[in-house]
Amino acid sequence: MESGKRQKLLSSLFVNLALLLLVVIWTVPTMGIFVSSFRGRDKIANTGWWNVLPHREWQPVREITPSELGLDPNGVMEIEGVTGTFEEFRAGVESPDGKRVTWIGNKRIGRVEVQERVWTVDWDFDLDNYKQVLGGQSFEFTRPDGTVEVVQGDNMTGAFLNSLAVAVPSTVIPILIAAFAAYAFAWMNFPGRRWMFILVVALLVVPLQIALVPILRDYRALQLNGTFLAIWLAHTGFGLALATYLLYNYISSLPRDILESAFIDGASHFTVFTRLILPLSVPALASFAIFQFLWVWNDYLVALIFLGGNPEFELVTQRMAAIVGSRGSEWHLLTAGAFVSMVLPLLVFFSMQRYFVRGLLAGSVKG
Amino acid sequence: MDLPSSTKLESQSLWIRILSFIGRVLLAISIPLIAFFVLYQGFLFLRDSDAPRAIIALVAIVWGVGGVALLYWIFNDLVERLPDAWRARLLPFVFVGPAMAILAWYLAIPTLRTFWISLFSRDGPAEGLGIFQLLASDSFVGLSNYVAVFTEELMLQAFRNNLMWIIFGSTFSVAFGLMIAVLADRSRFENVAKSLIFLPMAISFVGASIIWNFIYEYRPVSQPQIGLLNAIVVGLGGTPQAWPQWVAVAPWNNLFLIVIVVWLQAGYSMVLFSAALKGIPDELLEAGRIDGANEFQIFFRIMVPYIRGTIISVWTTVVIFTLKIFDVVWVMTGGQFGTHVIATQFYRQSFTNRNSGFGAAIAIVLLIAVIPVMYYNLKQFREQEAF
Repeated sequence: MESGKRQKLLSSLFVNLALLLLVVIWTVPTMGIFVSSFRGRDKIANTGWWNVLPHREWQPVREITPSELGLDPNGVMEIEGVTGTFEEFRAGVESPDGKRVTWIGNKRIGRVEVQERVWTVDWDFDLDNYKQVLGGQSFEFTRPDGTVEVVQGDNMTGAFLNSLAVAVPSTVIPILIAAFAAYAFAWMNFPGRRWMFILVVALLVVPLQIALVPILRDYRALQLNGTFLAIWLAHTGFGLALATYLLYNYISSLPRDILESAFIDGASHFTVFTRLILPLSVPALASFAIFQFLWVWNDYLVALIFLGGNPEFELVTQRMAAIVGSRGSEWHLLTAGAFVSMVLPLLVFFSMQRYFVRGLLAGSVKG
Repeated sequence: MDLPSSTKLESQSLWIRILSFIGRVLLAISIPLIAFFVLYQGFLFLRDSDAPRAIIALVAIVWGVGGVALLYWIFNDLVERLPDAWRARLLPFVFVGPAMAILAWYLAIPTLRTFWISLFSRDGPAEGLGIFQLLASDSFVGLSNYVAVFTEELMLQAFRNNLMWIIFGSTFSVAFGLMIAVLADRSRFENVAKSLIFLPMAISFVGASIIWNFIYEYRPVSQPQIGLLNAIVVGLGGTPQAWPQWVAVAPWNNLFLIVIVVWLQAGYSMVLFSAALKGIPDELLEAGRIDGANEFQIFFRIMVPYIRGTIISVWTTVVIFTLKIFDVVWVMTGGQFGTHVIATQFYRQSFTNRNSGFGAAIAIVLLIAVIPVMYYNLKQFREQEAF
């Protein structure tokens, strides 16, 4: 009995440790970006973000002016009980008692530091990166040495608003249209009902690449390229099959007698739909809404093609991709920008996770 | 309920049938058309005004959403005023018509149009010519775009890479998802762990590309590494690399891109497997344990066979997903360093090279690749007696 208990404890320990390892692997990449976005520009470029964790670092305890010791930098020198050439001291020479002697600066006007390894954390956080990324025209950046540099802001605020203006209608319009259609498929009888629904099912997995070139031609003819309207309609078209299919599955499973009693009371289809079906379908509507919102907000390809020509209407994903392309090593911009682009989807995700999971289980997988 | 049965419809005279057909088509098309026109006018107005962007965004949202809702209401009201018989004939099409018209315009008809374009050279079929003139023109190239798709060097590279994406991407996503689901199922920290693993699903491909670019960031040996992977490699005594750009190991450098999608997608498969595992009856697992099976045997002999259906559907989903992978590759490498995939080739040919015939042929190949899944979905649908 006792050994069984121990085995149980051991296996639970193993399970939790393995799970912890996986969770850490899955979380560390996002943590890196998140932590870095609050670190200064020079800090990000020169030290790893994991320096925010406790670590041992050489820090000066004493400073010596080389001229006072009367040293000859061109030969072998002895400082603080350790010997070495100038080049060796430049890299730092460690003494047996755990100290390090480092020459800082050049041969003539340099100084010598005696350093010790101490535990430290690098917690010097500020919001400068966010200010620059969100800012419009220009942003003043103060260097560590006190000089002020004026840099161009990245205007993510504008891109953020554009993304919002694209994502909200691109979520609500297809849901509205699909809900009407799902109601008709579930509760009305009309010629062509079956083959129309077969078309919906067939279109579920059609890759949207198939539609890009013809739709772009239509948009060009209608002079719609580079407008919000173009992209709302495109997302509506590409999301509609899945929306109709999911909402049909839900609406057709609602109890029949509720509707029948409403019809007996003389309600029209429109009244039943708006007063009864829509309120009852809120869980299904919510789970599709989250899907479509995340999909549209995170979309890059559709935006690139239908909004690509118009920098004024750039979305966050396009803005970010543009920064990666032109200034891919400026991590202070990329980290803060990436986090700005993630804030809203993460909020939606965490506040509505329940619906999101329910939607996944109902088969919300976009073609 | 006022459901007209189909037999009643058939007994009606030809005239009424033609008229109702016209009415239905008109209804289906006119709602999106008017919505489009109204939205378009609003758009022109907004575009020409110099309002602040926040206001434009707000007006756009109200306009777009409110406009469509209003249209349904107006059309329903119009049809409701008709005599009973006509109302019954036309009303369903107020509801279902707009959706079908939009689906036709955006997905159904474009498959045919893209196929047609794929039969022509660079600029596609010229406008203003009849079908026979087009077929006789120089720009008609028959199937030679398809020959090029399957022979061009970069395309072959893309097919090879996509195959890697499909094999490794789907296998790892399914394997990790299953592993996490099984572990979480036995842990007290199930919900926290699942939320954290699931979190990347909310992150865009562009965002994920930045996150992983930061992991892969490369600095010369003399400088301190700021990318986590290179810091670890250097710490262990290795040489730092720009991992996805590491051509020396091609095609295996693609794995550094595939990792990103596994990281994004494992949460999805975890959620589905988690729900499926909870559906396994406890008696079944108990019976296995009493018979002396160890945990691995229980996993492979009881759990995996029991949730086989879920495994297949998750696997299929991830396969379709990786087949169309675009953003990650485009943002990370732009297809350089031997990392092109079918979708990046499609983009490059259609929009960078402006060779729409070639691009269209690639899109058709993508479509053909998903046809087995489409067939399976339709078969499933036919087997449901309910419809």
